[in-house]
Amino acid sequence: MSAVGYAAVAGQVVVVGAGAPLLTGWMRQVRARLEGRAGAGVLQPWRDARKLLHKEPITPAGTGPAFRAAPALLVATTVVAAALVPLLSTDTPVSSHADLIVVVALIALGTFALALAGLDTGTAFGGMGASREMTVAALVEPTILLSVFALSIPTGTTNIPAIVSGAAHEPGRLASPAGLLATAALAVAVLAETGRIPVDNPSTHLELTMIHEAMVLEYAGPDLALVELGAQMRLTLLLGLLSSLFVPWGIATGGSWAPLPVALVLFGAKVAVLGAVLAAAEVFWAKVRLFRVPELLAGSFLLALLAVAASYFLNGAS
Amino acid sequence: MRTTYEIGVGELPQRAEELLTGGHRLALVAAHHDEDGIRVMYLFAAGPPDTCSELHVRLDPDRPEVPTLAHLSFPAGRFEREMRDLFGIVPLDHPLPRRLIRHFHWPRGWYPMRPDAGPPPPFGEQEGPYPFLEVEGDGVYEIPVGPVHAGLIEPGHFRFSVVGETILKLKARLWFVHKGIEKLFQGRTVAAGLPLAERISGDTAVGHALAYCLAIEEATGTQVPPEAKRVRALLLELERIHNHVADLGMLCNDVGHGILNAHAQRVREQLLGLNRDITGHRLLRGGVVPGGAALQSVPEVRRLKAIGEDIREITDLALGHSTVRDRFTGTATLGTDAAREIGCLGYVARASGLANDARIAHPFTDYGTQLDIPVHTGGDVLARFLVRAEEIDTSLALIEQLAQGLTAPQVILGPPPALGAGPRTGVGLVEGWRGTIATRVELAPDGTLTRVKPVDPSFFNWPALPVALANTIVPDFPLTNKSFNLSYAGNDL
Repeated sequence: MSAVGYAAVAGQVVVVGAGAPLLTGWMRQVRARLEGRAGAGVLQPWRDARKLLHKEPITPAGTGPAFRAAPALLVATTVVAAALVPLLSTDTPVSSHADLIVVVALIALGTFALALAGLDTGTAFGGMGASREMTVAALVEPTILLSVFALSIPTGTTNIPAIVSGAAHEPGRLASPAGLLATAALAVAVLAETGRIPVDNPSTHLELTMIHEAMVLEYAGPDLALVELGAQMRLTLLLGLLSSLFVPWGIATGGSWAPLPVALVLFGAKVAVLGAVLAAAEVFWAKVRLFRVPELLAGSFLLALLAVAASYFLNGAS
Repeated sequence: MRTTYEIGVGELPQRAEELLTGGHRLALVAAHHDEDGIRVMYLFAAGPPDTCSELHVRLDPDRPEVPTLAHLSFPAGRFEREMRDLFGIVPLDHPLPRRLIRHFHWPRGWYPMRPDAGPPPPFGEQEGPYPFLEVEGDGVYEIPVGPVHAGLIEPGHFRFSVVGETILKLKARLWFVHKGIEKLFQGRTVAAGLPLAERISGDTAVGHALAYCLAIEEATGTQVPPEAKRVRALLLELERIHNHVADLGMLCNDVGHGILNAHAQRVREQLLGLNRDITGHRLLRGGVVPGGAALQSVPEVRRLKAIGEDIREITDLALGHSTVRDRFTGTATLGTDAAREIGCLGYVARASGLANDARIAHPFTDYGTQLDIPVHTGGDVLARFLVRAEEIDTSLALIEQLAQGLTAPQVILGPPPALGAGPRTGVGLVEGWRGTIATRVELAPDGTLTRVKPVDPSFFNWPALPVALANTIVPDFPLTNKSFNLSYAGNDL
């Protein structure tokens, strides 16, 4: 078990790390084609990263450790979360620690580090972005917790690998009202957490409308490359989590080597399809007014709450 | 019909008040250094019927001072501050005696429009402190933006005083692009002035060139053939369409609906290609010339109809999208009274219920009966979007009507004027795509330009932006700014 398990963990981290820029490039390309533009190509985020890594590191005068540590912390928390969440296999050496609360806390820690960095710059934009990001995060984290919690009730544990392998063996659970409500709630939360339309516009250059980008406006060079990689990895991770929870088929559940390559290919395909769907949806959506964002997120929280209630009552009845 | 009155300085406020209450608006104020002293000219315009009245006052060269008209007209107060910064003419009892266009680094006592100003001096001791008004209170903070921005836009500094996300006060400081255009006109020949007029604001090449040419033709008594006037009207509408389409797309982009922007820019590119076929230049330079117009091809009606269909589809999709419509509706409302008092022009005024249009007030050609001017009363981003979308339809119909019977390629010029004919001064009033452009010229006996004063509608409209933005939220500022889309270059000559 151990060699296969370690390979699976390493595979998850490598796939999320190396694949994240490709996913972003793929989503931008899908969007460009749907809008009738040629697009920059799937590899563009990797080219951007290479360009940024060749620049000299610059930190604004007066910034402290919070600003310097945030990019590394963001990537580190995402790497740990990528190792924990069952993307390729539910049977890994760390799967017993892959608790729902831990994963959500890791994601929140990354957000918190960036918000602190935004405040640390002392600029109006850093503070404005941090304040907006925290407002969104405060509404998003409970939704993620609740919606995964709804799925955990049938299994009786908040351990994500256990939830996923349970669902893989008993797919009927996902088609239940609780499963569908939780899917919808989690999807909205993922949009908000990763700064996509309709909550935030990742491609805007208008500094006054930004949420995530306003926080990281002062980063340049290798630090900016890390921040962007971190954001891309979070998107990949959350889309992967979404696919693992709601489309768990293909994930290796045993200790043999054979299912791993299959799981890898299926993971890539599932995330690529999800990304394409998200990109296509963004073409048809517009960004809502900032004060409407809490309404949207409150709606998704309500869905998650209903999912928990449905899960509890329907389970209790049977 | 233009009448000129030479009056004493003391009479000025009373005469100005009579004209303003008689339905005139202050269109332009220009100072002149004549051989025998300083002269200030106030141009008042009204229409229809097309009427212009000029008040000329002569000042004491040792103590150049004028009584302020700021209490009668808000634009007058701005023109007076401009005059003080460029000429050193002091408006007495001005309610806002602060600098307006004076750049931070111009040395104290240097006035660029004075005959003895010389070349631009090195940065020197500045003219006194110029602090921002600080808004105080619990939780009030400031957001400084610009003058260098994250996107490719012109330089302007905006200082927001904000509580939470709500704007309490916005102060815009724009004057970073002084190019000395008025000074550059001086001493040029009429022909050499045209390229300069076309570049006052790059997106308004036809509007400014036409206002310049109309003023020159009045000053020299040139007769323009009716066919050339039709070509000019056609070019003016072409310029309106390509600017409106681009902005409608960018408004959609600013609310995150990129696909409509992609298509609006595609349509704009088609229009720019059409412009190149018509005048040889994508931004229509070279089409309007003193005394006439030049045309390389006549626009095909079929092609314009297809473009019109395309634009209508884009605007219908934008207005049918609930989120886009929600973002536009009620955002940054400019009330009718505020727009009137500020002296707004163009689509900003027409979206706030003021039916100002120089094509009706000061027509230079016969527009027929087909000219219907869209007016909305909402005053919000949606109203400005709707006015511009509807203007595109009006313009396309006008182009179709004007293009009938035109042949190309040809250069249509009136007979050259006799040297020294005409009154040597002239005024051009043109409805450019942003609003009414006013240009006034004075000629020397040898036919060179002694003074050219252009005024872009942006000069009138900029003060309306902070008014509209009060109680709007910060993330809606870029959208509002785009819905006004005022020129920085045309504002700061």
